[in-house]
Amino acid sequence: MLAWTIYLSFAGALAQALLPKGRNELSRWLALAVAVAGLVLAVMGFAAGAANHYALTTVIDVPWVPSMGIHYILAADGISLVLVLLTGLAAVAGVLFSWNIEHRTNEFFAFYLALIGGVYGVFLSFDVFLLFVFYEIAIVPKYFLIAIWGSTRREYGAMKLALYSFGGSAMVLVGLLAAYAASGSRSTGLVALAHAGLPVSFQMGCFPLVFVGFAILAGMWPFHTWAPTGHVAAPTAASMLLAGVVMKLGAYGCLRVAMTVFPHGMDPWGFSVLGLGSWREVFALLAVIGIVYGALVALVQSDFKFVIGYSSVSHMGFVLLGLMTLNQIGMTGAVLQMFSHGILAGLLFAIVGRIVYDRTHTRQLAELEGMHLSRRLPFAAWSFVIAGMAAMGLPGFSGFVAEFQVLVGAWQAKPWWTLAAGVGIVVGVAYTWRAMQKAFFSDHTPAPHVHDHEHELATITWPEKTGVCLLIGASLWVGLYPRILLQAIEPAVKALLAGGLR
Amino acid sequence: MNYLDLFRATLPETALEIAALLVLAVDLGLLRRAATEVRRTVAVLLGVLGCGAALWTMATPAQGALKFGGDVLLAVGGSTTVAQVGILALTELTLFLLIDADFTEHVGEYVAVVLMAAAGGLLISAAQDLLVIFIGLELLSLGLYILTAFAKKSARSAEAAMKYYLFGGMSAAFLLFGFSYLYGLSGSTSLPKVVLGTYFASAHGGLPLLVVALVMVAAGLGFKVAAAPFHLWAPDTYEGAPAPAAAFIASVSKVASFALLITISTVALHFMESFHVTGGYVTAKMYPVGTPQPHVTLGIPGLWLTILIVLAALSMVIGNLAALAQVSVRRLLAYSAVAHAGYILLGLAYFSRSPRSAQAILYYVLSYGLTTIGAFGAVAAVERATSSDRLDAFLGLHKRNGVLAAVLLVLFLSLAGIPPLVGFWAKFNLFAVVLSMGNASGLALGLVALAVAMSAVSLYYYLQVLKRAYVMPGVEETRIAVPTMTMAVLVVIALAVLLLGIFPGAMQGWIAGFYPGM
Repeated sequence: MLAWTIYLSFAGALAQALLPKGRNELSRWLALAVAVAGLVLAVMGFAAGAANHYALTTVIDVPWVPSMGIHYILAADGISLVLVLLTGLAAVAGVLFSWNIEHRTNEFFAFYLALIGGVYGVFLSFDVFLLFVFYEIAIVPKYFLIAIWGSTRREYGAMKLALYSFGGSAMVLVGLLAAYAASGSRSTGLVALAHAGLPVSFQMGCFPLVFVGFAILAGMWPFHTWAPTGHVAAPTAASMLLAGVVMKLGAYGCLRVAMTVFPHGMDPWGFSVLGLGSWREVFALLAVIGIVYGALVALVQSDFKFVIGYSSVSHMGFVLLGLMTLNQIGMTGAVLQMFSHGILAGLLFAIVGRIVYDRTHTRQLAELEGMHLSRRLPFAAWSFVIAGMAAMGLPGFSGFVAEFQVLVGAWQAKPWWTLAAGVGIVVGVAYTWRAMQKAFFSDHTPAPHVHDHEHELATITWPEKTGVCLLIGASLWVGLYPRILLQAIEPAVKALLAGGLR
Repeated sequence: MNYLDLFRATLPETALEIAALLVLAVDLGLLRRAATEVRRTVAVLLGVLGCGAALWTMATPAQGALKFGGDVLLAVGGSTTVAQVGILALTELTLFLLIDADFTEHVGEYVAVVLMAAAGGLLISAAQDLLVIFIGLELLSLGLYILTAFAKKSARSAEAAMKYYLFGGMSAAFLLFGFSYLYGLSGSTSLPKVVLGTYFASAHGGLPLLVVALVMVAAGLGFKVAAAPFHLWAPDTYEGAPAPAAAFIASVSKVASFALLITISTVALHFMESFHVTGGYVTAKMYPVGTPQPHVTLGIPGLWLTILIVLAALSMVIGNLAALAQVSVRRLLAYSAVAHAGYILLGLAYFSRSPRSAQAILYYVLSYGLTTIGAFGAVAAVERATSSDRLDAFLGLHKRNGVLAAVLLVLFLSLAGIPPLVGFWAKFNLFAVVLSMGNASGLALGLVALAVAMSAVSLYYYLQVLKRAYVMPGVEETRIAVPTMTMAVLVVIALAVLLLGIFPGAMQGWIAGFYPGM
């Protein structure tokens, strides 16, 4: 049943591509129908997983390239189910916030649904090369979504993003080919490779290659620079998907491929350089730097969307830090943070890129200051307040549960990680507060000519309201009742930790 | 061997030659006063029928290799048959591109030359003897020079043909020179005996001569496959030649030349098996443990490996980096062809005794040939409407012809190696085989890493074209009309690229079916 999320999305993409031009309304409803169907399938899959205690369930397993031992294996454990659910939510919200796309509408949704299909595919693949195929399928639509429908320096942002992604996936491909050859070229199944007994020195060499290859897409410092420019250039729905699910592809690849196939790559080297004794500590340090650096840079941005873009780098740092704790609570937190950030980043980008920008036509905080948006767009203002609070990690929202778990896990592993990441959280409060204050609640007196346009802001449309409610609802729901996801994530993480990671 | 055997063994070539003569007779005789369209259609149909007849003669079971005095002249089965079927099929596709082309009125001659060149391609895919190889290569090459020059009204076509001819003539001279050394070292023109003979000769002080011979041969064959640094003809030829001819050069000639390289690599690795023929034997000298073993390279395999690695690395780097700077899409395709040749040469360098390497290389070169025919067809369609193959000619293509733009998208992404298109599987398959080789070392891993990194670079220039087709606003909005037949061929190719990519096992299984015991 879960497999149909993939097929349905690709079928939707094909149907959109074949749709005659000018049928924009039909195209939108079709996209929404496909996205909602995907979400329904994801929810049903999640419920079915609950009945199964979230054990690893194979959906389909057929030989694909028999001579090379490549199988078409789709399977799901708790982690996959949570991320598939996230993809479903993000897809629906993305369509809702793209309701105003009038330019080449059917092509937009064709690329959009192809991207979604690729993302579903990555989260469900249990054969590393199948995963890689889906991973690459997701790159190309991103390029076109940004380059065609984007804004600020879109061609530059799109090309930068495509090249970073492709560079990362080239590293992944080399590592995987080497692992495939070293394991005797028999199978590319994830489980088979994880149990191939690759030599420790080989794992030490391949782990950083594959991990960094995936982590580029997860926005790991210092390979994050594609993220802010890409997010800013992207149309709203694409930046929602980029921050919401595509960055998760990277983190998921780190967890599912790099850490599972090369578990000994994280072992201590036996010597230390600058106080770092293993790849694990190196990447944890990079993650912490990402958390603090992203937050500090977000603090001084003048473009509203850049604030959110850099905050994504900071929040994804928590995911990577959580993964590197290698303990139950930290890694559980990391997966939960993927879900939480996926929802919240989508929400923030929707508010900034769609609700505000499409009405004010500016994202410069200095210009927004004079527009009294809290009065003129109260819905946007209050949505942003809620989303901002959630992103800061206020209790009651998903962000709190996730980041708290990551911090506890980090404390158990290395206390100074927690201390440094804590600084990131404090700065996070500051930049969110600053952006909120400047964009919505400034009492700056506007220039008279701006005043004239005050009443021309379009009213909030129903797709916008629905989308915001959907995302806030999801975040609140997970924040207030985290067990619903934790009961899926925890056994999967436990199985991973027991099965090889350590 | 008697003439009946020869006739039987060369039935496909004979079918092509008969078809070529038939085309000439019909076109210059019966249809002398007919309209050009009619002549074109008839010529193409006859040519396609000729290829079909050649394929049909191959469908009957092989009767064993053609031998002369115990030496194999023409091999059958395995890589040879796969390459020959590929050559015939790709020739048919390039002929279809001619139906709507208007660069020449001498269609009969054009089709005849194509068929004869294809016959040369069939010969070198099967050849196991230096002389047969040379004759086959010349038959192919001379055809290609003529085809390049076929657009008589275009100065660029003439210039390209002249450059191609001069380079080609020189490289043929190098090749023949190298062959003469090989003959001198081994006393035979039969490949297995050459390999064996040079093995002994190099052990007796003939190593410098062998190095010279192999470098010369590499220069000659490197020219055929457009490997750097022997690629200089490619951009000019690809740019100046009429599109169907360029597609033929980029696909059929590539398949044939790589089939020849596969033959050489296979023979070089299997030369031990020809010992019983000559009754020779090898004595191995054991060195006491601990004493450093002298680094002596004997015979062809070690040297050939070094030469191929150098060519592969140079081609990958030069091809991809030079392609970044191109503004003409045809030149871009030429440099990308150099890069692709580099990837394939890597597969030839780390060649396995089992047929896996040969299969992976054939998979690569056949899928590449298919894709590149489509690419040239699409570029030619744009060129006809805008009379330019500059990048800017592709501006706003998706509005001017959506289907053409979609075809271009599929083909270029496949060339860049994006899954699930066939180009990705070709690369993946090839690199996996290289790494799984017994002698795969850190160097092999490094070269594969270079290859993968370079194909990441290649995405940039392929996207430069696609960006103009899809992203940037067009200057003109007029529709680009593509003739039905060309469009049909292009769509079929794009669909094949997509489907073969989604079901990569299909073509692998088909190729493997030609090898005994697979």
